[in-house]
Amino acid sequence: MNELGLTPFLVLSAFLFACGILCFLTKRNAIGLLMGVELVLNAANINFVAFARFVPGFQLEGQVFAVIVIVLAAAEAAVALAIFLNFYNNHASVDVDDAKDLKG
Amino acid sequence: MAEVLFAIIAASTGGAALGVVLSKSVVRASVWLLFTLIGVSLTYFLLGAEFLGSAQLIVYVGGTLVLVVFGVMLTSPGPFSGFRPKKIEWIIGVTIAVVLFAVLVIGSLGIANPTSGTQELPSTGPIGMSFLGVPEANRPTGAAFLLPFEIVSVHLIVVLIAAAYLARAKRRLPPKPGPAGAP
Repeated sequence: MNELGLTPFLVLSAFLFACGILCFLTKRNAIGLLMGVELVLNAANINFVAFARFVPGFQLEGQVFAVIVIVLAAAEAAVALAIFLNFYNNHASVDVDDAKDLKG
Repeated sequence: MAEVLFAIIAASTGGAALGVVLSKSVVRASVWLLFTLIGVSLTYFLLGAEFLGSAQLIVYVGGTLVLVVFGVMLTSPGPFSGFRPKKIEWIIGVTIAVVLFAVLVIGSLGIANPTSGTQELPSTGPIGMSFLGVPEANRPTGAAFLLPFEIVSVHLIVVLIAAAYLARAKRRLPPKPGPAGAP
């Protein structure tokens, strides 16, 4: 593992991050947006673990923050899907372009 | 050896992430997301974070992805329903994503590789002890993550109750009898 530095992991994480951003820029389906968010969170998590591995003094912190991010992502997915189900019950669609009548 | 392994894992993870973006059907996108998440957990294993890799497999692949698949099944108007973005949206999105990727790669190439070498990541025991705030030899004050742990757990239960409340089955009103004197 010594020869494989920090940079390849950062590049992989950057690629996943860009894919996530592209996902929620181009998809209309609300669940597609949720998948983009999952990709972005995973990219951030790879960064946390890579820095924990390669930068001295962050062994514990990187892993702990990654665990917290995983738990919060699960919570976020649960709430987002509940909202989408509610929206689907009212509008019979999950197209985000239909969500125009939440103006107060 | 590690380079070859990393190249294989990174290529499959990145390819699966591209599949999430490019697939037209929601179901296929969720299957690609499954492979992406498995690839990320293999990356954790490669980095030596075994606990995190298995947590990723259990929580993400086993929990969150099942939620997503159920969401797809419950909200899909028909089989093979997809999203059809406009061409201008594709152009704008790809431009932003490529610029962002370039900026991030340039930034990460600018980070000097730490010369002190790699270090073994702590395994499950030290992580659990640090969550509970138990002092250890290298952390004599017990400075730890008890407060984040509590905040996350309370947040999780509040969020799950809220999700159950939001997604509960509503009782539908019985249809009203028609004005023409239905029986």
